[in-house]
This record gives sequence, C-alpha cells and structure tokens, in this order.
Amino acid sequence: MDATTARRWRTLPVYFALVLVTVASVFPLYWSFVISTSDNSVIGDRTPALLPGGHLLDNLAAVFDAVDFWAAIRNSLIVACTVAVSNVVLASLAGFAFARLRFPGRNSLFLVVVGSMMVPAQLGVIPLYILVGELGWESKLQAVIVPGLVSAFSVFWMRQSCEESVPAELVDAARADGCSLLRVYWHVALPALRPQAAVLGMLSFMAAWNDFFWPLIVLDPNETPTVQVVLSQLASGRFTNYSLMLTGATLGALPVITLFLLLSRQVINGMIGGRFHA
Amino acid sequence: MMRAPASEDLGQRTPAPPAARPRAPRGVRLRRGAPLLFVLPFLVILVVFGVLPLVFLAWISLHDWHLVNGDNGFVGLGNYVALLGDPNFYNALWNTVTIFLEASVPQVLLALGIAALLNRPLRGGRLWRTGILLPNVVSVVAVALVFGQLFGHHYGIVNWLLGQVGIAPIAWQSSFWSSHLAIAVMVIWRWTGYNALIYLAAMQAVPKELYEAAALDGAGRWRTFWSITVPGIRPTILFTVLTSTVGGLQLFTEPQLFDSSGVAGTGGDSRQFQTIVMYLYEKGMGTLDAGYSAAISWIVFVLCVVFALVNVGLVRKLVRAA
Repeated sequence: MDATTARRWRTLPVYFALVLVTVASVFPLYWSFVISTSDNSVIGDRTPALLPGGHLLDNLAAVFDAVDFWAAIRNSLIVACTVAVSNVVLASLAGFAFARLRFPGRNSLFLVVVGSMMVPAQLGVIPLYILVGELGWESKLQAVIVPGLVSAFSVFWMRQSCEESVPAELVDAARADGCSLLRVYWHVALPALRPQAAVLGMLSFMAAWNDFFWPLIVLDPNETPTVQVVLSQLASGRFTNYSLMLTGATLGALPVITLFLLLSRQVINGMIGGRFHA
Repeated sequence: MMRAPASEDLGQRTPAPPAARPRAPRGVRLRRGAPLLFVLPFLVILVVFGVLPLVFLAWISLHDWHLVNGDNGFVGLGNYVALLGDPNFYNALWNTVTIFLEASVPQVLLALGIAALLNRPLRGGRLWRTGILLPNVVSVVAVALVFGQLFGHHYGIVNWLLGQVGIAPIAWQSSFWSSHLAIAVMVIWRWTGYNALIYLAAMQAVPKELYEAAALDGAGRWRTFWSITVPGIRPTILFTVLTSTVGGLQLFTEPQLFDSSGVAGTGGDSRQFQTIVMYLYEKGMGTLDAGYSAAISWIVFVLCVVFALVNVGLVRKLVRAA
C-alpha cells in the first residue's frame, strides 16, 4: 500500500463520523418535509415514512384553511425586512463611529454595548409590555419592529467588521480632502462593509422571522399574526393533524433555509473570520 | 459634549486650519458632535427599550401590580418574600438548571469533537459546514414541533427505534428525566453545529509551532488535542459557555411547546419541565400578576450574573487541569 492509499484509509472514519453528524443535522428537517407531503395516516404506520408522498398541496390548503397563514407571512415579512434593513443601516453607522471616529465617551459607550449583549432580553418583557401599552402599540406591528430596530449584537458585529475591512488611512485621507463624515461613511465605509453587511442583514432577518416570545406576548394572533405564533397555534392541541403541523413547520422554515443556503459561503466565512479558503 | 477641545477633533490630519474656511465656526461645532449623531439612534433604542425596562422592572417588583389594571400600591419586598416561599419557583429554577446542564455539557464536548474533525484537510469542507449549521437557522418553534413528533409516544421515530432493540415505548413528556432529555436533545441539535464552527475558527488560529513542538515530543493525537488545542481556544470556550448560559436560563419555547396544551401549558401535569421563563410567563401573562413576575425576572437576572461568573471560573479550572 502506498502512502496516499494509507492516508485515505485513515481518513475514512473521519468522513464516516462527519456523514453521521450531517445526517443527524438534516434528518429532522427532511422528515418534517416528508410528513408535509404525506397523508396524516402515515404517521401511524408501523415503519416511519421516509419518502415524500403526494399530498403536499392538500396539506398546504389545509394549513391556509386552519390558520391565517397569508396574514402571518405578510406580517413576518414586514417585520423581518424592516428589522434587517434598519439593523444594517443603524449598526453600520454606529459601528463605523466606534471603530474609526473619535468622540468623547467612545470607549465607555462601547463597554455598554458589550455588556448589554450579556443581559437576557426576555427578562424585561413585563415592563416592556407595559411601556408598549402606554405608547398605544399593543397588538400593532411596531411593538415588535421598533425595539428590534438595532441590537447591541449588530453594533458589535459592525464595529468588528469596520476594524477588519475599513482602512483607517483611507478614512483619514478622505477627511483630509474635506469629505464630510456622512460622505466618508457612504463612499468609503459602506462599500468595504458590503459582505459583512449582507451577513448581518440575513442574521437580523432570521432572528426577527424566528422570534416567538415577544410577538406571542405583545401581538394579537387574530389581528396581527406572525408565522411563529401561528405555528404555535397549530401545535396547541386544538389540531391533532400531524401532517398539518409539520407542513406549517416546513413552510415557516423555508424562507430562512433558502436565505441561508444562498448566503452560506458568506455566513460561514464571516463566522470563521475569513481564514478559510475552501 | 459638543464643545470638546480642539485636540479631540476628528480630522486629525486636516491640512488647512478650520478657521481658514468661510463656514468654519458652524462646521467645526457640528463636526465635533457628528460622530455622536452616528451612534445616537442605537443609544436611543438601547435606553428606551433596553435600560428603562430593566429599571422599571425593579420598580414594578416592589409593587402589587396587575398587568391590566396597573399599580395597586407599594408592597416593599413582599413579592420577593412570597417568591422565596413558593415551591413552584424552586421547581422551575431546578428544572432550568438541570436542563441547562444536560444540554450544555454534551453540546460543548460534541462541538469540540466535530470541530476537531473539521480542523484537517478534507474534501467538501463547505458542504459539511453548511450541513451542521443548518439546524441553527430554523426557528425554535419549528424545532419544537418537529421534535415533539419525533418524540411522540405512539408513533414517534425515537420510540420506534427503541422498539427495534426491544425497549417499550416511552411517554417522553410524562416524567422528569425523559422530558428533560427530550428538551435537551432539541437544544443540542440546534446549537452544536454553531458552536463547532466557532471552535473551528478558534482552532485555526492556534499557532502551528505548538503542534510541531508537540509532534517532536512524540505526543499522540489525543494528547495533542487536550494539551494544545483545548487550552489554545480557552477564551472561545468561555465565550460559548457564557452565551449558552444566557440562552439556557431563558429557555422557553422548546419546553412550552413540548407540553401538549401548547402555550397555555405549565410544563407537564406536575410542572416536571416548567422552566423559569415559563413560570414568569404563567404569572405575568396568565394570572396577570406583573409585580410577582417582575420579582422572578429580577432574581433570574441576578442569577444570570452569578452563573456566568461561576461558569467562567469552572471552565478556567477544567482547562487548566487538562
């Protein structure tokens, strides 16, 4: 056996382990899809269903019949798109200032950013609920949108991105040429930040789309349903149709999975800090 | 703040003195404050929807406060005293801590293992990474729905698999340990890949010389992993433990939807898997006792800080021992 063959044999268990891990990661989603294409009766079969059936359209119709899924998708899209755009804009402004501009109190303010990332947000829901009630936003979409317009995480992310990809010399040179701060931000910082901004936009979209606790508390499922709240209604025991439930779950997960697959290279490179060239 | 001394000005390399320009006085004053304007929207959101609610939370917790009818008077530490004598509170706290441990320990070990597998020249590197990150993008509600079926009593795949090796079907929701195990599996499934990628990133930054030195000393793969790789990525492990503490103490959706009565549930017939945020939700949104609910939040907030500190200490010690 030559060296290459020997090495190939030695890496075989590694690939085997990775296949196992990947199957474990993907299987529950695949199975959810299978059930969403099957008649409700397959769930009672003696061996679990593993291949898609032909009932996807029936199940979809049943989901849209049982709950107001259209309104839920529309509301979730409004919330998630607004939150994604505003996080990118507001966090890149703040992140640029934290990374490349000098102003009084900069360092202590940034400590506040890092500190507030460590505070569990769900603990503040009761006072937030009362506050939102005072503003008259109860069961209105802005109750979910406005508090999420920009997060500490986004600002942190954008500051790190600026440190990595916006050269300080370029900012100084532009300033020396008499460029206004806003123009420097627009013509120097933003173009350099495009890949990281795309990832942040996606992460913010997913977080808003997937959010459940706060919308459950503050929104009215009859007036302003969101996808996750509607899904939880499918699980509430009023329905015992499993294929209905998992059709909803598959449908609700589809947009974020698509978005993720489209941007997976950027997301993974962003997470691994660009050290990869695979 | 607008009148910072000239040395604080941003245009550090401005060639011409600002006074030479016609619009200088107004322009300079605007410019000193301008960077703050960049940060202002974020600060407003943070203060109004982040800091104020936390301060307000402490205030509410000292009152008999009905969520709809409002303030019914100051009660001092009354809510806290009641809470400390409330068995359901301790039950929820215990459930939260045990589920957190059952989910976190295997998750960190698994993620380390997967990261080690990925940290070598492999074919299809991006494919593996995409696959293991996929669970993390799916909403917790969808995860709870799918796993609720996988762990179904009569028709669930998990029980079917157990049946293949002769184990009788388990009613996963009904007991303390089985329900905890199922919920922990949901958390592990959703977060292991994410943590593995973060560890992988850190592993790539461990200096190659350390590995070469270890190889010269004749250290095997296993020993190199524990004495070079793991200590080398200690700050990253600490970071993930901290974030999973914050996440673990907030655990809500998975257990809430694992209860067959959905969001109206209390974590099983005898609250065997009711977590602290579920209890907070039950008190605040169910019985509308905002004061009591606020007291729960405030105590959990303090606990979060304590747990974070304990965790940091523990991980430091463990890694040093290894």
